[in-house]
Parts: sequence; structure tokens; C-alpha cells
Amino acid sequence: MSSGLRTQVGQLAHRSILRTLRQPAQIVPALIFPLFLLAVNSGGLKDATNLPGFPTDSYLTFALAVPFMQGALFSVMNAGTDLARDIETGFLNRLALTPLRGAALLSGLLAGAVVLGVVQAVVYLSVGLIAGAELAAGPAGVLVIVALSVSITVAFGSIGLFAALRTGNGEAVQSLFPVFFVFLFLSSMALPLELIQTDWYRAIATANPVSYLLQAFRSLLIEGWDIGELALGFGIAAALLAIGMWAAAAALKTRLVRT
Amino acid sequence: MSERRPPGLRTVARAVAWRSIHNYLTNPAFLVPSLVFPLFFFVSFAGGLSAIANVPGFDFPSGYTSFQFVFVLLQSAAFGGVFTGFGIARDFETGFSRRYFLAVGNRGGIVAGYAGAALVRALITWAFLTVIALIAGMNVDGSAGELVAMYFLAVLVNLTATMWAAGIAMRVRSIQGGPLMQFPVFLILFLAPVYVPLDLLEGWIHTVASVNPVTALLEAGRGFISGDPAVAGLAFAIGILLPILFALWARGGLRRAEAAG
Repeated sequence: MSSGLRTQVGQLAHRSILRTLRQPAQIVPALIFPLFLLAVNSGGLKDATNLPGFPTDSYLTFALAVPFMQGALFSVMNAGTDLARDIETGFLNRLALTPLRGAALLSGLLAGAVVLGVVQAVVYLSVGLIAGAELAAGPAGVLVIVALSVSITVAFGSIGLFAALRTGNGEAVQSLFPVFFVFLFLSSMALPLELIQTDWYRAIATANPVSYLLQAFRSLLIEGWDIGELALGFGIAAALLAIGMWAAAAALKTRLVRT
Repeated sequence: MSERRPPGLRTVARAVAWRSIHNYLTNPAFLVPSLVFPLFFFVSFAGGLSAIANVPGFDFPSGYTSFQFVFVLLQSAAFGGVFTGFGIARDFETGFSRRYFLAVGNRGGIVAGYAGAALVRALITWAFLTVIALIAGMNVDGSAGELVAMYFLAVLVNLTATMWAAGIAMRVRSIQGGPLMQFPVFLILFLAPVYVPLDLLEGWIHTVASVNPVTALLEAGRGFISGDPAVAGLAFAIGILLPILFALWARGGLRRAEAAG
């Protein structure tokens, strides 16, 4: 990376991080809402561990994977809404007057998502472990969980950037939230794939990449080290990031009109 | 020249309800989520969690789809009221409410109109949800009277949530009050026996669910759909008391909004 590009990315990353940290309205719901659902679901679905074939006797451990995905969904909103605001306020047009490169803009804007991803991962894992969840992979697993969480958060954040650049409207980005939530709902969020009895639902959940992202977290929490599950999880995150960045870069070309 | 009489409560309520219903039906951004959200909750819970019916001690003869239908019905009732609160807040933000206030003397009619619109909105969602649930194979073992009682409970929940959200909307008078309307409703709904009956819950969630009024509404609704009514008296007592309490809350909000001008 050239020093010019590094400076551009650094400046925008600094702004993005400060902006994220200065907006409790972005951070607090992304932490509280998933933890609330974790508490409710791990209490309400505790008996699911009595089903033959359930992989653990702690539903809390099983459910602990879900907040990481919910947190990533919040990054779609946060990254997208921030960029949409830049478009609405004309900040992006001002950037267009500078020699800023598109790659620097997109990478810099995702810095806030990286910080949010780290904060979320540390908080979810800490609360989960304090509440009694297990971590079969041991202390080294903590680092991999944080890395996986950040990868997924950034990947979803890039989709938020694409949505913002495409629509240029914060409300439109916000309205995407339910759409992404559907992906979470139609996955192995509440039960392992093999225990889902409804055929069509299991078929959708099996085809849904979110199921494998959840499974990557669960492999560390429940089984220990399963390289195949982890590779699949990181691979899906990388693929989502590549698609998101490619789509965002294409939308940026239209949006960032040079004058 | 005869002086024109100011419109009465019914006329005002009808006009406000008509406008809200028209906005709801003609704007896909309002209509689609209100139909799709409950559907996804229903699909996710009834489809994805059907294996829960095999948990030892789970005894609900009508099946897990019916068990979850009642929760989603009450949830959509509550959120129909909350979304109406969003509409009230939006009317304050755009200044439309001020025009309502200037035009009518009986402002209780405005709140009644919003409540009427919330009910129509909920009825449309329930019709859609019920058809989908029946197509999905939901068993209905309750009699016609029991089903009417179940839907009536949902009407009371809808009215309660509308009054709650209206009270917030008229105090905050901005869509920024949205989370304040939504989160407590979400909280109280999910702190009830959502996935399994109360007896199967353990620990803190059992303690909380035991004192949560939504539990009685949910158990009564599930009793009605399975043809084995339970805690119906308690549920209706709660269902009637709550709208009255929250109507007082909404009236307080109306007074605040009037005072703010």
C-alpha cells in the first residue's frame, strides 16, 4: 500500500472509529438486544438439550453463537447509516473534490465496523462465559472467536456500505434490517440442522450461509477445534466481504461523481 | 345564518381512522412489514422449532404450530398497536397532528380514531396469518366460541399496546420515541412462555414468566385454540384492565400534547 493511500485510509478510519464510539445509540442496542435475546432463549429453550442428538447439555453454550450474528447484522445498519448520512449531508460530494481513492474510502469506513466487532465479541463472550457457557477450544479459542466475529461484522458492514451507496438514504438502509434478520431466522439459529423436523425449513436452513457461520462459532464453543467448520466460516465471511466490497465499489463509481 | 356544529367524537374518530387506514393500505412500506414480520416469526418458531414438541413433558395435543400461532397472534396484536404509535409520532413530526388539534374540539376522538385504525390493521394481519397457518397444517381443536374468545383477547392486547404507544408518542412527539414504544413491548412478550409451557421453564425465566401478565393471556389463548380453556377468567380480567389503565396513560399524553400546542 502506498503512503498516500495509507494516509487516506488512516484519516477515514480515524473518523469512522470516533464516529462509532461517539454514538452510544449505535453501540448500546447492538450489545443489549442480542444479550437480551440470549438470556430469554437460553432460559426458554433449555429443554431442547433433552432432545436426542442435541450436541451439548448447555443451551446457553449453543445459543451463544447467535449474538455474534445479530451483532454483525447491526453493523449493516451502522456502517450503512453513517455513509448514507455522509451522502445526505453532502460530505461525500466534498470528498469527491479531493484526490481520495475509492478503495481508501471503503476501507476507512469499515474501521468503525472493526471496532464495533471487537467490542461486541468481547462483551458477548464475557457475558456468556460469566453466565456459565462453555468454551471447548480453550483460551486460544477466544482469539479465533474475536477474529471470526470481526470478519463477519466487516463483511456485513460492506453490504451496508453498498446499500448506502446504492440508495443514498438512511431510512432505506434501516429498512434493510428486517431483510437481514430473515436470514438469521431461517437458519440453524435455534436448533442444529439435523434436529429441524420441518423438511422445507431444514432445506432453507441448510442452504443458508448463516447456518455455517453459526456452526463455526459453535464448533469452538462446543466441540473444540474443527478446522473444517472454521475454514467454512472464515471462507463464507471472506466471500461475503469480497461480494460486498465489489458491489460497493461499483456503486461508489456512480455515486462519487468527479467534478 | 346557522352556526355549524363541531364534529362529535364518532365523526372525528372515523375521519382519523380512515386517513390512517388509507395510509397503511396504500403505502407498501407500512403494509408489507406488518404482514411479513409476524409471518417470519411464525415460520421460524413453528417450522424451525417443531422438534421442541418432542421434549419430555411437553403436552399440547393440538401441536407445536398451534402452540406458536397463539404467541405470534398476540405479538402481531401488540406490534400493530406499536406501529400505530409510530404513525402518531410521525403525524406530530410533520405537523399534521396540530391540524387535527385545531380542527376538532373533542380530541379524544383523535386517539379513538388511531385505535380504530390499529385494530383494522391488526385484523388484516390476523386474517393473513390465520390463512397461512391453516395452509401450514395448524390444528384448531377449539369451538367457534373459543376461537372468538381467542381473537377477542388479541383485540384487547392490540388496544392495550395502542394506548401505550399513543401515550409515548404524544409525550415525545417524535419518531425518536420509537424504541421507547417498542422495546418494553418486546421485552414483556418474550418474558412469557414463548417456546414451551410455563411448567417446563426453569430458573429466573420461570419466576419472571409466572408474574408476567402476558403469560395468562398466552395460556388462555392456547387453551382456546386447543379446546381446553385455561385461566380464561384471569386472562380476560387482565385483558380488560390493561386497556383501561393505558387509556388513562394515553389521556395523560393527550393533555401533554395539547399543553405543548
